[in-house]
Amino acid sequence: MAEMAITKKRPKNLDLPTIRLPLPGILSIIHRISGAVIFLLLPFLLWLLQGSLASAETFAVVKGVVGHPLAKLVLLGLIWLYMHHFCAGIRYLMLDLHKGIDLESARLSSKVVFAVSIALTLIIGAKVLW
Amino acid sequence: MVNRILVGAHYGLKDWIIQRATAIIMAVYTIIFLVVVGAVGPDSFDAWRGIFANGFMRFATFLFFVSVFYHAWIGVRDIWMDYVKSDGLRLLLMIATVAVLVGYAGWAVQILWRM
Repeated sequence: MAEMAITKKRPKNLDLPTIRLPLPGILSIIHRISGAVIFLLLPFLLWLLQGSLASAETFAVVKGVVGHPLAKLVLLGLIWLYMHHFCAGIRYLMLDLHKGIDLESARLSSKVVFAVSIALTLIIGAKVLW
Repeated sequence: MVNRILVGAHYGLKDWIIQRATAIIMAVYTIIFLVVVGAVGPDSFDAWRGIFANGFMRFATFLFFVSVFYHAWIGVRDIWMDYVKSDGLRLLLMIATVAVLVGYAGWAVQILWRM
């Protein structure tokens, strides 16, 4: 049985440019990309936290770095990646519990994830960065 | 007759559960953190440091970091398994991933307890 499941040939279409990804698919790939980017930026984020907590002088340095317009833009992007990963993750937990697994609800919930994550990003960005 | 190829019973189930358990811990911490920062409004060094000097927040932040690193291990490992076909390179990338994440965990402890 196990051999059959593994060796069975299935039709594949992995010609990516010809695939029109539906919104839940776009949500999924951004979920993966955001996770990867946050992983790659972990040392930078730990460095920021370290500086912000080590001493008043290093706190001022971090505040200066974070206050730079370009850094603000990067951090805003990072907040969005985190919020997308957060909201999409909660949607996946719901799907794990078999909540909203029919096509219509799954499409609707992916729209909600985009709307909520962008709204949260703007609110947090406005409060923290500007 | 036991005849398993590559996949055995429960293969990956533990990681699947840990990925979700750590996700819930991180989600709860994120909400707590946003509420605390919103309430304190840490503009000064003392106010910001005060958040993490609090015993509960220090413990919760440490738990959050451990969850981030374990969650990142499972997610990044999945990425290597999906896209890296060479066994040698995949193993190398997995070892490097574990190595940096364990290092980050030590770094996070140092940040939180030596401040």
